Amino acid sequence: MKNGNEKLHIPKIEKGIVIDHIPVGMALKVASFLNLDAKVEEPCGITTIGINYDSKKMGNKDLIKVENRNLSQKELDSLSIMAPGASIKRIENYTVIEKINIKIPEVIENLICCNNPRCISNNERGLTTKFLTVTHEPLILKCHFCERTYNQDEIKLL
Amino acid sequence: MNFNGKDIISIVDMSRQEIDHILEVAQMIEKMPRNEQLKILPGRILALLFFEPSTRTRLSFDTAFNMLGGRTMGLSDVEVSSIKKGETLHDTIKTVEQYADAIVLRHNHDGAARLAADAACVPVINAGDGSNQHPTQTLLDLYTIKKIRGSIDNFDIALIGDLKYGRTVHSLVTALKMYNNIKMFFVSPPNLKMPEYILRELDEHKVKYSEHESMEEIVSLIDILYMTRIQQERFPDPAEYEKVKESYILNNTVLYKARKNLKVLHPLPRVVEIDKEVDDTPFAYYFQQARNGVPARQAILSLVLGGIN
Repeated sequence: MKNGNEKLHIPKIEKGIVIDHIPVGMALKVASFLNLDAKVEEPCGITTIGINYDSKKMGNKDLIKVENRNLSQKELDSLSIMAPGASIKRIENYTVIEKINIKIPEVIENLICCNNPRCISNNERGLTTKFLTVTHEPLILKCHFCERTYNQDEIKLL
Repeated sequence: MNFNGKDIISIVDMSRQEIDHILEVAQMIEKMPRNEQLKILPGRILALLFFEPSTRTRLSFDTAFNMLGGRTMGLSDVEVSSIKKGETLHDTIKTVEQYADAIVLRHNHDGAARLAADAACVPVINAGDGSNQHPTQTLLDLYTIKKIRGSIDNFDIALIGDLKYGRTVHSLVTALKMYNNIKMFFVSPPNLKMPEYILRELDEHKVKYSEHESMEEIVSLIDILYMTRIQQERFPDPAEYEKVKESYILNNTVLYKARKNLKVLHPLPRVVEIDKEVDDTPFAYYFQQARNGVPARQAILSLVLGGIN
């Protein structure tokens, strides 16, 4: 029961995005993937990372808050694979103005590499990879070309 | 059920109903007089693009299309084509489709046929893509099993040899899981087992299977024995091939305990895995199996080119 003494571990941000419900241990990989350690916009956006928070939904979670930043559709698609179940909130004036529940697309192009060295996608100049989502839970993706299937642990981003 | 213009890339894309329909058409064509067969696809052109060696597949497609009234052309040696100049498969397909009504493709890379189908506006038929699929081989294998047993349900089959790299067994297992009451015995050396992704699919379809290293322990339990060659050309490491190349040799001693109605199938070519002495036994059915490649491929070609509805 809350008694008002709980601290906010991460302060609210005025404008930017919150990436919530990241599976524990994935926050640093997500931050690296999104280049959050680089200077991407003026004025500089502060990135705050929280690891191993309590979560009613997941038991434990990681969390990232990024000032002055939006995410492209490609980044959202990548996040859906790197951090399944994550949710995105867009913030303005310290208020949540949009919640985005990212979902793994049914067709994923140019994001994941096929681990099969004999696949034509690893042997044809100019060919972009293409995967189809077989099931969302558990996550199973299938290479459109060689038909190999991959579970969450086997997926490698390009 | 409309096959006109359809690509035949993988058994994964096909339903049991579609497979059964193709087999019925094969049976119908096989019974037709030769001069009637010539009226099915007169004047059509088929491109045969073979990036890997072939005897049966290439010649049976060639024969099948000629018997339907069409003409064939193509490549059987990439050394004399623009592939040697670095042309991509995509560009090769886009060029060849300007000259042909359909393309048959055999390639050493997995997924090559799917790339070709995406690129081409004419039907593409996969004649074998790397270690992935060989759908027309599966269709002729199923046609053969149907001729032997009357139906494709309710039997026990052993698949023996190179189950890891063998596209014929991958395609065949993908098809058989659509049929009822089939028990599969997978016999292979430990490093050539059926890939996990195929076993996962069998589990999802609740197909009964077991894995073995010895032929002798299962030969009395089966109706069909599907033998495959250990494929030297698929081994990244030649030393690994040397260790397993003669793992299984089927001979009359092994077949002593077999059921009387057992039939031995093999997609061929064979090297050492079936002893010649088996050829003269009632068990041997692999040459008749090869013969079935013609009506099976006639059926596919007739359907995708609209010669038969």
